[in-house]
Amino acid sequence: MARALINIPAKAAKGQIIEIKTLVSHPMETGFRPDNQGKLIPRDIINRFECEIDGERIFAADLYPAMSANPFLTFTLLAERSGEVTFRWKDDRGEITEEKRKLVVE
Amino acid sequence: MIRTALIAFTTTVAVTAIAQIAPGERRSGAEFMSPSTQAMQKDDTSNPGMLAALEGETLWNAPAGNEGKSCASCHGPADKSMKGVAARYPAIHQSTSMPVDLQGRINLCRSDNQKASPLRFESRELLALTTYVALQSRGMPVSPPDDARLDPFRNQGETLWRQRFGQLNFSCAQCHDDNWGKRLGSAPIPQAHPNGYPIYRLEWQGMGSLQRRLRNCMAGVRAEPFGFGSDEFIALELYLMSRAAGMPMETPGVRP
Repeated sequence: MARALINIPAKAAKGQIIEIKTLVSHPMETGFRPDNQGKLIPRDIINRFECEIDGERIFAADLYPAMSANPFLTFTLLAERSGEVTFRWKDDRGEITEEKRKLVVE
Repeated sequence: MIRTALIAFTTTVAVTAIAQIAPGERRSGAEFMSPSTQAMQKDDTSNPGMLAALEGETLWNAPAGNEGKSCASCHGPADKSMKGVAARYPAIHQSTSMPVDLQGRINLCRSDNQKASPLRFESRELLALTTYVALQSRGMPVSPPDDARLDPFRNQGETLWRQRFGQLNFSCAQCHDDNWGKRLGSAPIPQAHPNGYPIYRLEWQGMGSLQRRLRNCMAGVRAEPFGFGSDEFIALELYLMSRAAGMPMETPGVRP
């Protein structure tokens, strides 16, 4: 089960640029490593990250096997209006980790 | 020339064999890391050890075993009851009069009070619970208990610390007391303080206990590592904690 840590200010001034930091728990198995029987462990990585505010996409990223375990992503947002920020990570097995945070812009 | 150097080296070792790091010179392993790894440890959003702590918090509140009790059923909120606990382990377990470390104590609590099966060493669950409990002591000084019953085990630990091991025939003390601050290949030699465990090690891409780290060092000098939970490791942990007494706890540490 993936888990996530998100650092986003609860309040921001209109026009302010805020930094959002995310850390998600995931093994990011590359698909190139053999197990102790010599068989390749199937690839299982987070391949897509999306961030939306009230359904409007503000940031997205495609991830590849060179990413470390527990990928850390940070990006900025120009605060224009209040809303619910959704963070979504999708992995190779189709498992989706979703987290929501409220952002108040004054 | 080489022979002279070797003799000089052996003499130095013999003279400094009992030397210990002066309290003012003690430095946490974090201080030997690059600024970027230090920053990773300091920021709770970028420190992957916090993911283990988060999982540990869930486990703390989840009922387990035949008694259907969670850790919280007896101990309540961990931020009160577990404050400072990790800073004083290993300690004597009252019913056996033997020392146990924090992981061992968690497993004893599971088998005695929760009637649950003990968690496997280095399992995700045991590391998560240990990290969560140790996090409650972050910033507090390492305070080994003043308990005379621990002395023989601490002394055993110190003997092991100074004991040469493996094909390379090195003791822990030769690197971490006598040559800390220098480099072994490209890696700085730290002083081997146990105040950040369990750690998230970038090389492992995951969490690991102090015992895993000790096994790592033993394999490095080509020695047969002690088993997880062995008396030798508990003794070494006891000695390392007394050696680091007063240093602030920093669990979860991040190490390269």
